Amino acid sequence: MNALELTDVRKVYTMGDDSEVVALDRASLTIGSDEIVALVGPSGSGKTTLCSIAGGILRATEGRVVVADEDISAYSEKELTRFRQRMVGFVFQSVNLVPFLTARENLLVVDELGQRRGKAAQQRADELLEELGLADRAKNLPSQLSGGQRQRVAIGRALMNDPKLVLFDEPTSALDTKLGEQVMDLIRTEMKRRGTAAIVVTHDERILHYCDRSVHITDGVLAA
Amino acid sequence: MKLALREMRRRPSRFVTATVILSLIAALLMLLGGLLDGLIRSSTGALRAQQAQAIVYSSTSQASLVRSRVDPDVRQAIEQIDGVTAVGGLGSAQLGARVPGNGPRDLADVALFGYELAPDGVPDPPADGQAYADEILKADGVTEGMTIQLGPARTPVEIVGFVKDTAYNGQGSLWASAATWRSVLLANRPDAQLADGVFQALIVQGDADIAGRIDEATGGATESLTVTEAVNAIPGVKEQQSTFNQIIGVTIVIALVVIALFFALLTVERSGMYGVLKALGARSGTLFGGVVVQAVVVTAIASVLAAALMVLLDALIPPGSIPLQITPVRIVLSAVLLLVAAIAGCLFSLRRVLRVDPASAIGTTV
Repeated sequence: MNALELTDVRKVYTMGDDSEVVALDRASLTIGSDEIVALVGPSGSGKTTLCSIAGGILRATEGRVVVADEDISAYSEKELTRFRQRMVGFVFQSVNLVPFLTARENLLVVDELGQRRGKAAQQRADELLEELGLADRAKNLPSQLSGGQRQRVAIGRALMNDPKLVLFDEPTSALDTKLGEQVMDLIRTEMKRRGTAAIVVTHDERILHYCDRSVHITDGVLAA
Repeated sequence: MKLALREMRRRPSRFVTATVILSLIAALLMLLGGLLDGLIRSSTGALRAQQAQAIVYSSTSQASLVRSRVDPDVRQAIEQIDGVTAVGGLGSAQLGARVPGNGPRDLADVALFGYELAPDGVPDPPADGQAYADEILKADGVTEGMTIQLGPARTPVEIVGFVKDTAYNGQGSLWASAATWRSVLLANRPDAQLADGVFQALIVQGDADIAGRIDEATGGATESLTVTEAVNAIPGVKEQQSTFNQIIGVTIVIALVVIALFFALLTVERSGMYGVLKALGARSGTLFGGVVVQAVVVTAIASVLAAALMVLLDALIPPGSIPLQITPVRIVLSAVLLLVAAIAGCLFSLRRVLRVDPASAIGTTV
């Protein structure tokens, strides 16, 4: 089972003056079940679009999108929302933890908004915090955590629903080199331990060696 | 829901402004309602207290005591109707009263009633020259055992006791025998005096549906109303109600706008967070539900604060000075109206919550 199969995926935006912008042009990409792939490209190249389509946030204009054997190409908004609850994890560029929730509650939010497993979710949150070295920070608010700790909480949140695919949007852009390497090391360890596939969107060449391979994207066109 | 409530617990300061403003609006709403209730109460007590299935006026009087005249032959006809158990005459006179101890020009407004059938809470008619007084006259210095002088002729009437909630047209009422009323009228309002046996209205007890049959039996000489109809027919009552209800309506619209603006601002501020939560699988309905929960909680707290303020105000205002009546019904009604306004106000944020795009969470540094 592959984590992701994109086949001839196109994404076209219609602008206000009826002109069309092709954000993604016939992109095909297959990611194995525990593969970590770096998606590299300049800004405006279509990284974000590809990532959003793979994560079920955007719908492709054309082409086939299959995540862990589930074809989501024709899903409605509602189906995509449920799909995201079950199948994918996100780590956003600016971390984006809920500011008034503790580290532990930020993990549990995923469950409260989605599957509502209650006790099982609490247990999973505690395990994740332990693994990420945040057990003693569980009751801290994001404002009481360092940048690296916040990033780890965000990774924990992405792993709460036991996803088949985790999408990292520039995970190191806000961190210095040393911290960035630590975070990438952690991402690799956690992904490999769980056998979870990941796409790491970046333009930071220094972190590529933490990934199994890199895919370059320019003007919406993929090149291995 | 949990998320919304937690935000309120962890960041109460964000909601203080809205709660304070809404508390003031809720207090205004309850005050207006209390004043309306008080005004209506003080202008309708004398009729509301009547234990009657019908109050009978002459047909040309438009249900006004002052204009109405019911003759003894009409009364006789009514007494003969099947289902009528008792008929009593009622007459009124609105006068100034001199109260011993008050200045010569400091008159108490009174409505003197001559009655035959005792209203609720009022004993049977006292001896001639005596009267029961409504307790709001205590604010004018009237006490039990005192003799007050009515009208320009200064007809003396001795107060032999107090009764509750029988005010009429905002005036404290005096309840006296028909003979006392007739003599006061003769001395002070010779133009309005009525022959023996003629009353302004009749209080009829009997079957519940007696009102219609009375007008038939009198050949259209009378207009019979239920107590509720008679209360609503008192000149000014409907006008007071509609004026106050319009002010109350505007106040509710203001509450709605305040809630709408406040939560619209919060929603704009939160759109980044909503984007992230949607990407994580939150449904728009869940997020909007959180907004509604917060609005309901803010409104509920504001209503409780306002209700407490009203109870305090009610205790501080001396009885008889301002016609303010605070009732649980009015407080609950005001709170419910505010809650409805709050939920309606939230609807202005619904579109914004729906339009937050989960894709906005990716590829931005906001």
